Amino acid sequence: MEKLTNRSKMVADKRMTFVERLYFVQIIGGMLITIKHFFRRKVTINYPEKKRTFSPVYRGKHVLKRDDEGRERCTACGLCAVACPAEAIIMIAAERKAEEENLYREEKYAAVYEINMLRCIFCGDCEDACPKEAIFLTDRLVESEYKRKTFVYGKDLLVEPLENDKRIDVSKRQTPEVLEFKKNKKFAHNK
Amino acid sequence: MDLLFKSILLFIIFLITLVVAMYSTWAERKVAAFMQDRNGPNRAGPFGLLQPLADGVKMFMKEEIIPLRANKLLFIFGPSLAMTTACLTSAVIPWGGNLQIGGNTFSLQVADLNIGILYVFAMVSIGVYGIMLGGWASNNKYSLLGAIRAASQMISYELAMGLAIIALILTTGSLSLSDIVEQQSGWHWNIIYHPLGFLIFLICAFAEANRAPFDLPECETELIGGYHTEYSSMKLGFYLFAEYINMFVSSAVIVTLYLGGYQMPFIHSLGLSENMVTLLGTMFFFIKIFGMIFLFMWVRWTLPRFRFDQLMNMGWKRLLPIAIFNVFITGFFILLKDYIN
Repeated sequence: MEKLTNRSKMVADKRMTFVERLYFVQIIGGMLITIKHFFRRKVTINYPEKKRTFSPVYRGKHVLKRDDEGRERCTACGLCAVACPAEAIIMIAAERKAEEENLYREEKYAAVYEINMLRCIFCGDCEDACPKEAIFLTDRLVESEYKRKTFVYGKDLLVEPLENDKRIDVSKRQTPEVLEFKKNKKFAHNK
Repeated sequence: MDLLFKSILLFIIFLITLVVAMYSTWAERKVAAFMQDRNGPNRAGPFGLLQPLADGVKMFMKEEIIPLRANKLLFIFGPSLAMTTACLTSAVIPWGGNLQIGGNTFSLQVADLNIGILYVFAMVSIGVYGIMLGGWASNNKYSLLGAIRAASQMISYELAMGLAIIALILTTGSLSLSDIVEQQSGWHWNIIYHPLGFLIFLICAFAEANRAPFDLPECETELIGGYHTEYSSMKLGFYLFAEYINMFVSSAVIVTLYLGGYQMPFIHSLGLSENMVTLLGTMFFFIKIFGMIFLFMWVRWTLPRFRFDQLMNMGWKRLLPIAIFNVFITGFFILLKDYIN
């Protein structure tokens, strides 16, 4: 196998030389190594003060998108729940009434949509499965809580706000390549 | 007047000892972190400077547990003894020269014993009783093993340490610590005349202070916590604190004996007043001590712990013969010097 670094040394079971047996020279060598590290730049990132930038395709807390007119995109088809390997998604569908056309894009919508954030493994399969571009994983984090019950996020936490300035940007995840990929009929949910 | 000055001095030295020991715990963690490319404590106060206080408060708040089958009296006596003896040694160390206040001359040394070195040795030897009593009284096998290790280690390394000192006394001709410091004015530090003796003394000081790589009495990988396995709350705190006081005091002793104590080279050529010289000397003394403490920590975070048989081999088969050789060679050079003169 090819070596990754050239730092490895051949080990031999040979008798130690006099200098090695003195032990003293070796100690000095060791101490020089530690003092070198003493002045080296520290690798720690002081978390609350400094934060690392997330990768553009970071998979964090989910969002249920609205379309440009502010209507919920989700049509409660259940493909995300089927795709979910952790079975974290539960939904109850309802039929859109005549006066609700400004609220929901399709004739069917999710009356209840819950994701159990303790079950979720943030794999992003729900996003891949969604035919309506409704669910996305964002660069936001699921905050810690004291009770298990509070980790079941309902529509109040998942659907993105109506106001334009509070919309959640998912353009980094929804690239043209991704959209092309999702049209691929090889995958079961697109057939 | 003299008594008042000595009392004040004693109080100040006690305070300094405690503060230095306290911040040694902070420094130890910082040094350890820096050598491992980490930041170390930096949450409590600026640079984590309030960390020792937080640790102290934590120690006091912890639940106090005395094992049911333990010897209660000795269990409490152990850490108290370790702490007391650790503090006692600082009494004979000359912290500085003479101060002139209102026509009176005061020495910055609490007690100028003419057998100062022997006093230091006595106190260090009693220090091991704190560990032994605590380990035995805990009624726990690991504690007892730690205590036995501490005792045997102390005996083995005290011999070589004593022999290193004998070589030193051959040239100084005095057991008083203030005399020894006086003789080292300028650049006549004893380390130049006794490099081998210094090395032996240093190694033995590491062993006596139970510092790595000689921290076998409390090695957590083998003995859980060694002699303080059963200890909790501030009694554990006392043991840990005593280790840092020991480190400070043994650094002070090493500096006094080998690195010129409060003597500062070229200070007399500056033409300062005597009080100024004394204060500067004390400052320089502390700088040297902090350097030694850093060396203690540097070694701790570099070297792995010895195995117990290696420890004994090194003490009896290496250090002791070298120390005896050192005594002979020193005597030889003294005779040679006399012969030439």
